[in-house]
Amino acid sequence: MQEITFVAATGALGAGVHEPSLEASLAYKPDFIASDAGSTDAGPFYLGAGRAAFAREAVKRDMDVVLRAARKARIPVLIGSVGTAGSDTHVDWMMAIVREIISEHDWSLKVAVIKSEQNSDYLADLLARDRIRALDPAPAIDEGVLRRSRVVGMMGVEPLQDAIRAGADVVIAGRCSDPALYAAIPIMHGFPEGLAWHAGKAAECGTLVCETMGKGVIVGVVRHDELILRPIGEGLRCTPQSVAAHGLYENGDPYLHKECSGTLDLSQCVYEQLDETAVRVTGSQFHRAETYTVKLEGAEQVGFQTIMVGGVRDPYILRQLDSWLGLINGYIANKVEELLGVKLGDGVHTLKMHVYGKDAVMGALERDTAHVPLEVGIVVEATAPTQAVATSIAKLCRQPLLHAPIPEWKGAITGYACLHNPAEIERGPVYRFSLNHVAAPERKTEMFRTELVTVGEGEGREAA
Amino acid sequence: MAKLGELARLIRSKNAGPFVLTFDIMFEKDQDFERVRRSGVLSADAFARLYGLDARIVRYFECPNARAFKLSIPRPVFQGDLGDADMHGGQQYAPLIALDVP
Repeated sequence: MQEITFVAATGALGAGVHEPSLEASLAYKPDFIASDAGSTDAGPFYLGAGRAAFAREAVKRDMDVVLRAARKARIPVLIGSVGTAGSDTHVDWMMAIVREIISEHDWSLKVAVIKSEQNSDYLADLLARDRIRALDPAPAIDEGVLRRSRVVGMMGVEPLQDAIRAGADVVIAGRCSDPALYAAIPIMHGFPEGLAWHAGKAAECGTLVCETMGKGVIVGVVRHDELILRPIGEGLRCTPQSVAAHGLYENGDPYLHKECSGTLDLSQCVYEQLDETAVRVTGSQFHRAETYTVKLEGAEQVGFQTIMVGGVRDPYILRQLDSWLGLINGYIANKVEELLGVKLGDGVHTLKMHVYGKDAVMGALERDTAHVPLEVGIVVEATAPTQAVATSIAKLCRQPLLHAPIPEWKGAITGYACLHNPAEIERGPVYRFSLNHVAAPERKTEMFRTELVTVGEGEGREAA
Repeated sequence: MAKLGELARLIRSKNAGPFVLTFDIMFEKDQDFERVRRSGVLSADAFARLYGLDARIVRYFECPNARAFKLSIPRPVFQGDLGDADMHGGQQYAPLIALDVP
Protein backbone atom coordinates (compact mmCIF):
# COMPACT_ATOMS: atom_id res chain seq x y z
CA MET A 1 0.00 0.00 0.00
CA GLN A 2 1.56 3.27 -1.18
CA GLU A 3 -0.75 5.81 0.42
CA ILE A 4 -3.97 6.44 2.29
CA THR A 5 -6.23 9.24 1.12
CA PHE A 6 -8.96 10.73 3.25
CA VAL A 7 -11.45 13.56 3.15
CA ALA A 8 -12.10 15.85 6.11
CA ALA A 9 -15.70 16.78 5.41
CA THR A 10 -15.98 19.71 7.82
CA GLY A 11 -14.40 21.09 10.98
CA ALA A 12 -17.51 20.15 12.94
CA LEU A 13 -20.48 18.07 11.85
CA GLY A 14 -23.42 20.44 12.03
CA ALA A 15 -21.40 23.53 11.10
CA GLY A 16 -22.06 22.80 7.41
CA VAL A 17 -20.59 20.39 4.86
CA HIS A 18 -20.06 21.90 1.41
CA GLU A 19 -21.62 19.25 -0.77
CA PRO A 20 -20.15 20.24 -4.18
CA SER A 21 -16.63 20.18 -2.70
CA LEU A 22 -17.23 16.83 -1.02
CA GLU A 23 -18.51 15.42 -4.33
CA ALA A 24 -15.45 16.80 -6.13
CA SER A 25 -13.10 15.29 -3.55
CA LEU A 26 -14.26 11.78 -4.47
CA ALA A 27 -12.18 12.12 -7.67
CA TYR A 28 -9.11 11.68 -5.43
CA LYS A 29 -10.36 8.16 -4.60
CA PRO A 30 -10.40 8.58 -0.81
CA ASP A 31 -10.17 5.56 1.48
CA PHE A 32 -12.44 7.13 4.10
CA ILE A 33 -14.30 10.29 5.12
CA ALA A 34 -14.20 11.64 8.65
CA SER A 35 -15.34 14.56 10.77
CA ASP A 36 -15.53 15.39 14.42
CA ALA A 37 -18.82 16.56 15.85
CA GLY A 38 -17.84 18.06 19.15
CA SER A 39 -15.45 19.93 21.38
CA THR A 40 -15.20 21.33 24.89
CA ASP A 41 -15.14 24.75 23.26
CA ALA A 42 -18.91 25.08 23.50
CA GLY A 43 -18.62 24.96 27.31
CA PRO A 44 -19.38 22.56 30.17
CA PHE A 45 -23.17 22.74 29.84
CA TYR A 46 -23.36 20.31 26.93
CA LEU A 47 -21.44 17.54 28.67
CA GLY A 48 -23.13 18.20 31.99
CA ALA A 49 -26.67 18.35 30.65
CA GLY A 50 -26.26 15.81 27.84
CA ARG A 51 -27.39 18.28 25.22
CA ALA A 52 -26.02 19.18 21.78
CA ALA A 53 -24.64 22.59 20.77
CA PHE A 54 -25.66 22.27 17.11
CA ALA A 55 -29.26 22.09 15.92
CA ARG A 56 -30.42 18.52 15.25
CA GLU A 57 -31.51 19.54 11.74
CA ALA A 58 -28.01 20.84 10.94
CA VAL A 59 -26.32 17.67 12.17
CA LYS A 60 -28.75 15.47 10.28
CA ARG A 61 -28.27 17.43 7.08
CA ASP A 62 -24.46 17.19 7.31
CA MET A 63 -24.55 13.50 8.18
CA ASP A 64 -26.85 12.85 5.24
CA VAL A 65 -24.46 14.60 2.84
CA VAL A 66 -21.45 12.69 4.23
CA LEU A 67 -23.18 9.31 4.13
CA ARG A 68 -24.40 9.81 0.57
CA ALA A 69 -20.86 10.61 -0.58
CA ALA A 70 -19.47 7.62 1.29
CA ARG A 71 -22.09 5.27 -0.18
CA LYS A 72 -21.24 6.52 -3.66
CA ALA A 73 -17.53 5.83 -3.08
CA ARG A 74 -18.15 2.67 -0.99
CA ILE A 75 -15.85 3.86 1.80
CA PRO A 76 -16.22 4.04 5.58
CA VAL A 77 -17.18 7.15 7.56
CA LEU A 78 -15.80 7.99 11.00
CA ILE A 79 -17.58 10.55 13.17
CA GLY A 80 -16.21 11.36 16.61
CA SER A 81 -17.25 13.33 19.69
CA VAL A 82 -20.83 13.06 18.50
CA GLY A 83 -23.52 15.32 19.86
CA THR A 84 -20.90 17.87 21.06
CA ALA A 85 -19.60 16.09 24.17
CA GLY A 86 -19.66 12.40 23.25
CA SER A 87 -21.42 11.09 26.37
CA ASP A 88 -23.68 8.03 26.06
CA THR A 89 -26.71 10.33 25.82
CA HIS A 90 -25.05 12.14 22.92
CA VAL A 91 -24.19 8.86 21.18
CA ASP A 92 -27.82 7.69 21.47
CA TRP A 93 -28.99 11.06 20.12
CA MET A 94 -26.64 10.72 17.12
CA MET A 95 -27.61 7.10 16.50
CA ALA A 96 -31.27 8.10 16.26
CA ILE A 97 -30.26 10.55 13.53
CA VAL A 98 -28.17 7.92 11.73
CA ARG A 99 -31.05 5.43 11.86
CA GLU A 100 -33.42 8.02 10.37
CA ILE A 101 -31.05 8.74 7.49
CA ILE A 102 -30.40 5.07 6.75
CA SER A 103 -34.11 4.32 6.78
CA GLU A 104 -34.90 7.30 4.52
CA HIS A 105 -32.42 5.99 1.93
CA ASP A 106 -33.40 2.36 2.40
CA TRP A 107 -29.77 1.39 3.00
CA SER A 108 -28.39 -1.42 5.11
CA LEU A 109 -25.19 -0.38 6.90
CA LYS A 110 -22.94 -1.82 9.56
CA VAL A 111 -22.59 0.84 12.22
CA ALA A 112 -20.01 0.61 15.01
CA VAL A 113 -21.17 2.51 18.07
CA ILE A 114 -18.36 3.30 20.50
CA LYS A 115 -19.32 4.64 23.90
CA SER A 116 -16.90 6.58 26.04
CA GLU A 117 -18.84 7.64 29.14
CA GLN A 118 -17.15 6.43 32.32
CA ASN A 119 -18.77 4.56 35.15
CA SER A 120 -18.17 6.34 38.48
CA ASP A 121 -17.28 3.11 40.35
CA TYR A 122 -14.65 2.37 37.72
CA LEU A 123 -13.22 5.90 38.06
CA ALA A 124 -13.30 5.75 41.86
CA ASP A 125 -11.34 2.51 41.67
CA LEU A 126 -8.75 4.06 39.31
CA LEU A 127 -8.44 7.03 41.66
CA ALA A 128 -7.96 4.77 44.68
CA ARG A 129 -5.25 2.87 42.80
CA ASP A 130 -3.47 6.11 41.87
CA ARG A 131 -4.23 5.63 38.19
CA ILE A 132 -5.72 9.12 37.68
CA ARG A 133 -3.21 11.90 37.25
CA ALA A 134 -3.77 15.68 37.17
CA LEU A 135 -2.64 17.74 34.19
CA ASP A 136 -1.52 21.33 34.69
CA PRO A 137 -3.58 23.26 35.65
CA ALA A 138 -6.32 21.05 37.08
CA PRO A 139 -9.14 21.48 39.57
CA ALA A 140 -8.77 19.47 42.78
CA ILE A 141 -10.71 16.20 42.67
CA ASP A 142 -11.82 13.49 45.03
CA GLU A 143 -14.19 10.56 44.76
CA GLY A 144 -17.15 12.89 45.35
CA VAL A 145 -16.27 15.02 42.33
CA LEU A 146 -15.99 11.89 40.16
CA ARG A 147 -19.38 10.63 41.37
CA ARG A 148 -21.11 13.99 40.86
CA SER A 149 -19.70 14.55 37.38
CA ARG A 150 -20.62 13.16 34.00
CA VAL A 151 -17.25 11.93 32.74
CA VAL A 152 -16.10 10.87 29.29
CA GLY A 153 -12.77 9.39 28.25
CA MET A 154 -11.19 10.69 25.06
CA MET A 155 -10.44 7.68 22.87
CA GLY A 156 -7.41 7.35 20.64
CA VAL A 157 -7.00 5.30 17.47
CA GLU A 158 -7.36 1.82 18.98
CA PRO A 159 -11.18 1.53 19.38
CA LEU A 160 -11.62 3.11 15.93
CA GLN A 161 -9.23 0.61 14.36
CA ASP A 162 -11.08 -2.30 15.98
CA ALA A 163 -14.34 -0.98 14.54
CA ILE A 164 -12.89 -0.65 11.03
CA ARG A 165 -11.32 -4.13 11.24
CA ALA A 166 -14.73 -5.49 12.21
CA GLY A 167 -16.06 -4.15 8.90
CA ALA A 168 -17.96 -1.04 10.00
CA ASP A 169 -19.36 1.15 7.23
CA VAL A 170 -19.95 3.91 9.76
CA VAL A 171 -18.22 4.56 13.08
CA ILE A 172 -20.17 6.66 15.58
CA ALA A 173 -17.72 7.41 18.35
CA GLY A 174 -18.29 9.08 21.70
CA ARG A 175 -15.60 11.46 22.94
CA CYS A 176 -12.65 11.01 20.66
CA SER A 177 -9.39 12.75 19.89
CA ASP A 178 -10.14 14.69 16.69
CA PRO A 179 -6.84 13.77 14.95
CA ALA A 180 -7.40 10.08 15.87
CA LEU A 181 -10.32 9.96 13.44
CA TYR A 182 -7.83 10.55 10.62
CA ALA A 183 -4.80 8.76 12.09
CA ALA A 184 -6.54 5.45 12.90
CA ILE A 185 -6.66 3.92 9.41
CA PRO A 186 -3.20 5.05 8.19
CA ILE A 187 -1.59 3.75 11.40
CA MET A 188 -3.53 0.49 11.07
CA HIS A 189 -1.90 0.02 7.64
CA GLY A 190 1.60 0.71 8.95
CA PHE A 191 2.10 4.31 7.88
CA PRO A 192 4.35 6.45 10.11
CA GLU A 193 2.54 7.59 13.23
CA GLY A 194 3.97 11.11 13.09
CA LEU A 195 2.62 11.77 9.59
CA ALA A 196 -0.69 10.06 10.35
CA TRP A 197 -1.33 12.06 13.53
CA HIS A 198 -0.15 15.27 11.89
CA ALA A 199 -2.53 14.65 8.99
CA GLY A 200 -5.36 14.46 11.50
CA LYS A 201 -4.19 17.46 13.46
CA ALA A 202 -4.02 19.57 10.28
CA ALA A 203 -7.32 18.39 8.78
CA GLU A 204 -9.60 18.15 11.81
CA CYS A 205 -10.75 21.76 11.66
CA GLY A 206 -11.57 21.48 7.95
CA THR A 207 -10.66 24.51 5.89
CA LEU A 208 -9.36 26.42 8.91
CA VAL A 209 -5.94 25.07 7.83
CA CYS A 210 -6.17 27.20 4.67
CA GLU A 211 -4.85 30.71 4.19
CA THR A 212 -8.41 31.98 4.50
CA MET A 213 -11.08 29.50 5.54
CA GLY A 214 -14.11 29.03 3.33
CA LYS A 215 -16.56 26.54 1.89
CA GLY A 216 -14.81 23.30 1.08
CA VAL A 217 -13.20 20.08 2.28
CA ILE A 218 -9.63 18.95 2.89
CA VAL A 219 -8.12 15.98 1.10
CA GLY A 220 -5.22 14.44 3.00
CA VAL A 221 -2.76 11.92 1.59
CA VAL A 222 -0.53 10.02 4.02
CA ARG A 223 2.49 8.30 2.47
CA HIS A 224 5.49 6.56 4.03
CA ASP A 225 7.64 9.68 3.78
CA GLU A 226 5.28 12.62 3.42
CA LEU A 227 1.87 14.05 3.99
CA ILE A 228 -0.08 16.13 1.44
CA LEU A 229 -2.87 18.52 2.35
CA ARG A 230 -5.09 19.75 -0.45
CA PRO A 231 -8.17 21.95 -0.04
CA ILE A 232 -11.08 21.45 -2.41
CA GLY A 233 -13.29 24.52 -2.75
CA GLU A 234 -13.38 27.80 -4.59
CA GLY A 235 -10.54 30.13 -3.69
CA LEU A 236 -9.12 27.83 -1.01
CA ARG A 237 -5.38 27.52 -0.68
CA CYS A 238 -3.02 25.86 1.78
CA THR A 239 0.38 27.48 2.20
CA PRO A 240 3.40 26.35 4.23
CA GLN A 241 2.63 29.16 6.65
CA SER A 242 -1.09 28.37 6.94
CA VAL A 243 -0.42 24.69 7.68
CA ALA A 244 2.38 25.48 10.13
CA ALA A 245 0.21 28.12 11.79
CA HIS A 246 -2.67 25.71 12.21
CA GLY A 247 -0.50 23.75 14.66
CA LEU A 248 -0.94 26.73 16.98
CA TYR A 249 -4.72 26.83 16.90
CA GLU A 250 -6.38 25.98 20.22
CA ASN A 251 -3.17 24.39 21.52
CA GLY A 252 -1.15 25.55 24.48
CA ASP A 253 2.05 24.25 22.88
CA PRO A 254 2.61 24.88 19.14
CA TYR A 255 4.81 21.82 18.64
CA LEU A 256 3.83 19.07 21.09
CA HIS A 257 0.38 17.50 21.04
CA LYS A 258 -0.46 14.84 23.57
CA GLU A 259 -2.48 11.80 22.54
CA CYS A 260 -3.33 8.53 24.36
CA SER A 261 -0.41 6.58 22.95
CA GLY A 262 2.21 9.33 22.86
CA THR A 263 3.07 12.82 21.72
CA LEU A 264 2.96 14.30 18.24
CA ASP A 265 6.04 16.46 17.75
CA LEU A 266 5.91 19.12 15.02
CA SER A 267 9.15 20.85 15.94
CA GLN A 268 11.15 19.32 13.06
CA CYS A 269 8.48 19.70 10.35
CA VAL A 270 9.23 21.06 6.92
CA TYR A 271 6.36 22.60 4.96
CA GLU A 272 6.61 23.07 1.18
CA GLN A 273 4.22 24.40 -1.44
CA LEU A 274 3.51 21.41 -3.68
CA ASP A 275 1.39 23.20 -6.27
CA GLU A 276 -0.96 26.18 -6.34
CA THR A 277 -3.14 24.96 -3.45
CA ALA A 278 -1.52 21.92 -1.81
CA VAL A 279 1.21 21.66 0.82
CA ARG A 280 3.68 18.84 1.42
CA VAL A 281 4.75 18.11 5.00
CA THR A 282 7.70 16.03 6.16
CA GLY A 283 9.45 15.59 9.48
CA SER A 284 6.41 15.05 11.71
CA GLN A 285 7.39 12.78 14.59
CA PHE A 286 5.53 10.72 17.15
CA HIS A 287 7.06 9.75 20.47
CA ARG A 288 5.41 6.71 22.02
CA ALA A 289 4.45 7.21 25.67
CA GLU A 290 5.65 4.72 28.27
CA THR A 291 2.19 4.63 29.81
CA TYR A 292 -0.99 4.62 27.78
CA THR A 293 -3.30 7.31 29.15
CA VAL A 294 -6.83 8.43 28.39
CA LYS A 295 -7.77 12.08 28.87
CA LEU A 296 -10.82 12.54 31.07
CA GLU A 297 -13.38 15.30 30.68
CA GLY A 298 -15.98 15.85 33.34
CA ALA A 299 -18.76 18.31 34.00
CA GLU A 300 -20.35 18.83 37.39
CA GLN A 301 -23.47 20.82 38.19
CA VAL A 302 -22.66 24.00 40.09
CA GLY A 303 -26.25 24.93 40.86
CA PHE A 304 -29.04 26.88 39.23
CA GLN A 305 -28.72 30.38 37.94
CA THR A 306 -30.92 33.44 37.57
CA ILE A 307 -29.66 36.59 35.87
CA MET A 308 -30.79 40.18 35.36
CA VAL A 309 -29.54 42.50 32.60
CA GLY A 310 -29.48 46.27 32.81
CA GLY A 311 -27.34 49.39 32.47
CA VAL A 312 -26.23 52.69 33.96
CA ARG A 313 -25.79 55.99 32.07
CA ASP A 314 -25.62 58.64 34.84
CA PRO A 315 -22.04 60.09 34.77
CA TYR A 316 -22.18 60.85 38.50
CA ILE A 317 -22.87 57.20 39.27
CA LEU A 318 -20.28 56.06 36.72
CA ARG A 319 -17.47 58.15 38.26
CA GLN A 320 -18.04 56.37 41.59
CA LEU A 321 -19.20 53.06 40.16
CA ASP A 322 -17.07 50.80 42.35
CA SER A 323 -18.13 52.40 45.62
CA TRP A 324 -21.77 52.57 44.48
CA LEU A 325 -21.74 48.85 43.61
CA GLY A 326 -19.93 48.11 46.87
CA LEU A 327 -22.76 49.77 48.78
CA ILE A 328 -25.34 47.83 46.75
CA ASN A 329 -23.59 44.48 47.17
CA GLY A 330 -23.37 45.00 50.93
CA TYR A 331 -27.05 45.85 51.12
CA ILE A 332 -28.00 42.79 49.04
CA ALA A 333 -25.83 40.46 51.14
CA ASN A 334 -27.60 41.66 54.31
CA LYS A 335 -31.05 41.25 52.76
CA VAL A 336 -30.23 37.74 51.49
CA GLU A 337 -29.00 36.70 54.91
CA GLU A 338 -31.99 38.27 56.66
CA LEU A 339 -34.70 36.91 54.34
CA LEU A 340 -33.25 33.67 52.91
CA GLY A 341 -31.02 32.70 55.81
CA VAL A 342 -27.99 32.07 53.60
CA LYS A 343 -24.66 33.80 53.17
CA LEU A 344 -23.55 34.92 49.71
CA GLY A 345 -20.10 33.57 48.95
CA ASP A 346 -20.56 30.49 51.16
CA GLY A 347 -19.48 28.25 48.28
CA VAL A 348 -22.96 27.40 47.00
CA HIS A 349 -24.76 30.76 46.99
CA THR A 350 -22.95 33.31 44.85
CA LEU A 351 -23.71 36.69 43.37
CA LYS A 352 -21.58 38.13 40.59
CA MET A 353 -22.05 41.44 38.79
CA HIS A 354 -20.47 41.51 35.34
CA VAL A 355 -19.90 45.19 34.55
CA TYR A 356 -19.74 45.57 30.76
CA GLY A 357 -17.99 48.77 29.72
CA LYS A 358 -15.60 48.46 32.63
CA ASP A 359 -13.94 45.05 32.97
CA ALA A 360 -16.54 42.33 32.34
CA VAL A 361 -14.82 40.77 29.33
CA MET A 362 -11.31 40.44 30.74
CA GLY A 363 -12.02 40.35 34.47
CA ALA A 364 -8.83 39.72 36.43
CA LEU A 365 -6.72 40.24 33.28
CA GLU A 366 -8.02 43.80 32.72
CA ARG A 367 -5.48 46.50 33.60
CA ASP A 368 -7.15 49.50 32.01
CA THR A 369 -9.83 50.35 34.58
CA ALA A 370 -9.10 54.02 35.27
CA HIS A 371 -11.34 55.61 32.62
CA VAL A 372 -14.97 56.56 33.27
CA PRO A 373 -17.15 54.89 30.62
CA LEU A 374 -20.08 56.56 28.85
CA GLU A 375 -22.36 53.81 30.05
CA VAL A 376 -22.02 50.33 31.50
CA GLY A 377 -24.09 47.20 31.23
CA ILE A 378 -24.48 45.22 34.42
CA VAL A 379 -25.37 41.54 34.30
CA VAL A 380 -26.38 40.33 37.73
CA GLU A 381 -25.78 36.60 38.07
CA ALA A 382 -27.14 34.70 41.08
CA THR A 383 -26.27 31.03 41.59
CA ALA A 384 -27.80 28.77 44.24
CA PRO A 385 -28.60 25.09 44.89
CA THR A 386 -32.18 25.55 43.67
CA GLN A 387 -33.71 27.69 40.95
CA ALA A 388 -36.15 29.21 43.43
CA VAL A 389 -33.39 30.47 45.72
CA ALA A 390 -31.33 31.77 42.78
CA THR A 391 -34.37 33.71 41.59
CA SER A 392 -35.06 35.08 45.07
CA ILE A 393 -31.47 36.36 45.27
CA ALA A 394 -31.83 38.01 41.85
CA LYS A 395 -35.12 39.60 42.88
CA LEU A 396 -33.46 40.99 46.01
CA CYS A 397 -30.92 42.75 43.76
CA ARG A 398 -33.40 44.85 41.83
CA GLN A 399 -34.49 47.41 44.43
CA PRO A 400 -30.95 48.19 45.70
CA LEU A 401 -29.70 48.63 42.11
CA LEU A 402 -32.63 50.85 41.23
CA HIS A 403 -32.55 53.12 44.24
CA ALA A 404 -29.11 53.14 45.91
CA PRO A 405 -28.34 56.85 46.50
CA ILE A 406 -25.28 58.90 45.52
CA PRO A 407 -24.30 62.14 47.32
CA GLU A 408 -24.74 64.32 44.21
CA TRP A 409 -28.53 63.85 44.04
CA LYS A 410 -31.00 64.74 46.76
CA GLY A 411 -34.20 62.70 46.69
CA ALA A 412 -35.12 59.30 45.22
CA ILE A 413 -33.16 58.18 42.16
CA THR A 414 -33.57 55.27 39.75
CA GLY A 415 -30.04 54.36 38.78
CA TYR A 416 -30.35 51.07 36.89
CA ALA A 417 -32.11 50.56 33.55
CA CYS A 418 -33.63 47.06 33.41
CA LEU A 419 -33.62 45.50 29.94
CA HIS A 420 -36.43 43.01 30.49
CA ASN A 421 -39.71 42.54 32.24
CA PRO A 422 -39.71 40.47 34.33
CA ALA A 423 -36.19 41.67 35.05
CA GLU A 424 -34.93 38.28 36.15
CA ILE A 425 -34.24 35.41 33.72
CA GLU A 426 -34.04 31.83 34.95
CA ARG A 427 -31.14 30.03 33.25
CA GLY A 428 -31.69 26.57 34.73
CA PRO A 429 -28.84 24.30 35.80
CA VAL A 430 -25.26 25.46 35.26
CA TYR A 431 -22.12 23.32 35.13
CA ARG A 432 -18.37 23.53 35.44
CA PHE A 433 -15.59 21.44 33.93
CA SER A 434 -14.47 19.36 36.88
CA LEU A 435 -11.57 17.36 35.45
CA ASN A 436 -8.34 18.04 33.64
CA HIS A 437 -6.86 14.64 34.27
CA VAL A 438 -5.69 11.51 32.52
CA ALA A 439 -6.48 7.93 33.47
CA ALA A 440 -4.09 5.01 33.02
CA PRO A 441 -6.30 2.02 32.19
CA GLU A 442 -5.03 -1.57 32.53
CA ARG A 443 -5.88 -2.27 28.88
CA LYS A 444 -5.99 0.25 26.02
CA THR A 445 -9.62 -0.36 25.12
CA GLU A 446 -11.19 -1.12 28.51
CA MET A 447 -12.65 2.39 28.84
CA PHE A 448 -14.61 2.10 25.58
CA ARG A 449 -17.52 -0.14 24.66
CA THR A 450 -18.17 -1.01 21.04
CA GLU A 451 -21.29 -2.49 19.56
CA LEU A 452 -21.60 -3.41 15.90
CA VAL A 453 -25.13 -2.88 14.67
CA THR A 454 -26.61 -3.59 11.27
CA VAL A 455 -29.04 -0.79 10.57
CA GLY A 456 -31.58 -1.21 7.81
CA GLU A 457 -32.49 -4.41 6.00
CA GLY A 458 -31.63 -7.54 8.05
CA GLU A 459 -31.12 -5.56 11.30
CA GLY A 460 -29.07 -7.23 13.97
CA ARG A 461 -26.18 -6.72 16.29
CA GLU A 462 -23.03 -8.37 17.42
CA ALA A 463 -20.40 -7.38 19.94
CA ALA A 464 -17.24 -6.13 18.26
CA MET B 1 8.04 52.81 16.13
CA ALA B 2 4.93 50.83 15.18
CA LYS B 3 2.11 49.19 17.08
CA LEU B 4 2.10 45.38 17.21
CA GLY B 5 -1.47 45.48 15.90
CA GLU B 6 -0.31 47.32 12.74
CA LEU B 7 2.49 44.86 12.03
CA ALA B 8 0.62 41.62 12.71
CA ARG B 9 -1.59 39.78 10.25
CA LEU B 10 -3.59 38.43 13.16
CA ILE B 11 -3.55 38.72 16.94
CA ARG B 12 -5.92 36.29 18.64
CA SER B 13 -6.69 34.56 21.90
CA LYS B 14 -8.50 31.25 22.33
CA ASN B 15 -9.11 28.41 24.73
CA ALA B 16 -6.58 25.61 24.49
CA GLY B 17 -8.94 23.25 26.25
CA PRO B 18 -11.02 24.49 29.21
CA PHE B 19 -8.02 25.25 31.45
CA VAL B 20 -5.49 27.07 29.28
CA LEU B 21 -5.73 30.36 27.43
CA THR B 22 -3.47 30.80 24.42
CA PHE B 23 -2.45 33.88 22.43
CA ASP B 24 -1.16 33.83 18.84
CA ILE B 25 0.54 36.77 17.14
CA MET B 26 1.04 36.06 13.44
CA PHE B 27 2.81 37.93 10.64
CA GLU B 28 2.56 38.07 6.87
CA LYS B 29 6.21 38.90 6.24
CA ASP B 30 9.38 37.35 7.64
CA GLN B 31 10.82 40.83 8.16
CA ASP B 32 7.97 41.85 10.48
CA PHE B 33 8.28 38.62 12.45
CA GLU B 34 12.03 39.14 12.75
CA ARG B 35 11.60 42.80 13.69
CA VAL B 36 9.35 41.86 16.60
CA ARG B 37 11.60 38.96 17.60
CA ARG B 38 14.67 41.20 17.65
CA SER B 39 12.87 43.98 19.53
CA GLY B 40 12.20 41.74 22.51
CA VAL B 41 8.80 43.36 23.14
CA LEU B 42 7.27 39.89 23.24
CA SER B 43 8.51 37.59 25.98
CA ALA B 44 7.12 35.80 29.00
CA ASP B 45 8.21 38.74 31.16
CA ALA B 46 6.74 41.41 28.88
CA PHE B 47 3.46 39.52 28.65
CA ALA B 48 3.32 39.07 32.42
CA ARG B 49 3.80 42.81 32.92
CA LEU B 50 1.12 43.63 30.36
CA TYR B 51 -1.48 41.36 31.99
CA GLY B 52 -0.39 41.70 35.61
CA LEU B 53 0.71 38.08 35.94
CA ASP B 54 3.61 36.16 37.43
CA ALA B 55 6.02 35.47 34.53
CA ARG B 56 6.56 31.92 35.78
CA ILE B 57 3.07 30.90 34.61
CA VAL B 58 3.59 32.30 31.09
CA ARG B 59 4.83 29.95 28.35
CA TYR B 60 6.39 31.72 25.37
CA PHE B 61 7.10 30.19 21.95
CA GLU B 62 8.66 31.47 18.74
CA CYS B 63 7.41 29.67 15.63
CA PRO B 64 9.43 30.88 12.61
CA ASN B 65 7.85 28.56 10.03
CA ALA B 66 4.44 29.93 10.97
CA ARG B 67 5.86 33.47 11.34
CA ALA B 68 4.15 33.50 14.69
CA PHE B 69 4.59 33.91 18.43
CA LYS B 70 2.54 31.99 20.93
CA LEU B 71 1.97 32.65 24.62
CA SER B 72 -0.04 30.39 26.89
CA ILE B 73 -1.25 30.86 30.45
CA PRO B 74 -3.48 28.94 32.83
CA ARG B 75 -6.98 30.40 32.60
CA PRO B 76 -7.61 32.89 35.47
CA VAL B 77 -11.09 31.34 35.67
CA PHE B 78 -11.65 27.91 34.12
CA GLN B 79 -13.84 27.95 30.99
CA GLY B 80 -17.52 28.29 31.89
CA ASP B 81 -16.92 28.25 35.62
CA LEU B 82 -18.63 30.85 37.81
CA GLY B 83 -17.10 34.22 37.01
CA ASP B 84 -15.85 33.30 33.54
CA ALA B 85 -17.17 35.83 31.04
CA ASP B 86 -15.38 34.67 27.88
CA MET B 87 -16.50 31.13 27.09
CA HIS B 88 -14.22 30.75 24.07
CA GLY B 89 -11.39 32.89 25.42
CA GLY B 90 -11.57 34.90 22.21
CA GLN B 91 -11.50 38.46 23.59
CA GLN B 92 -8.40 38.54 25.79
CA TYR B 93 -5.81 39.82 23.30
CA ALA B 94 -6.67 43.53 23.18
CA PRO B 95 -3.76 44.77 25.38
CA LEU B 96 -1.27 43.27 22.87
CA ILE B 97 -2.52 45.46 20.01
CA ALA B 98 -1.05 48.70 21.37
CA LEU B 99 2.42 47.33 22.21
CA ASP B 100 5.11 49.61 20.76
CA VAL B 101 7.62 47.85 18.50
CA PRO B 102 10.85 49.76 17.82
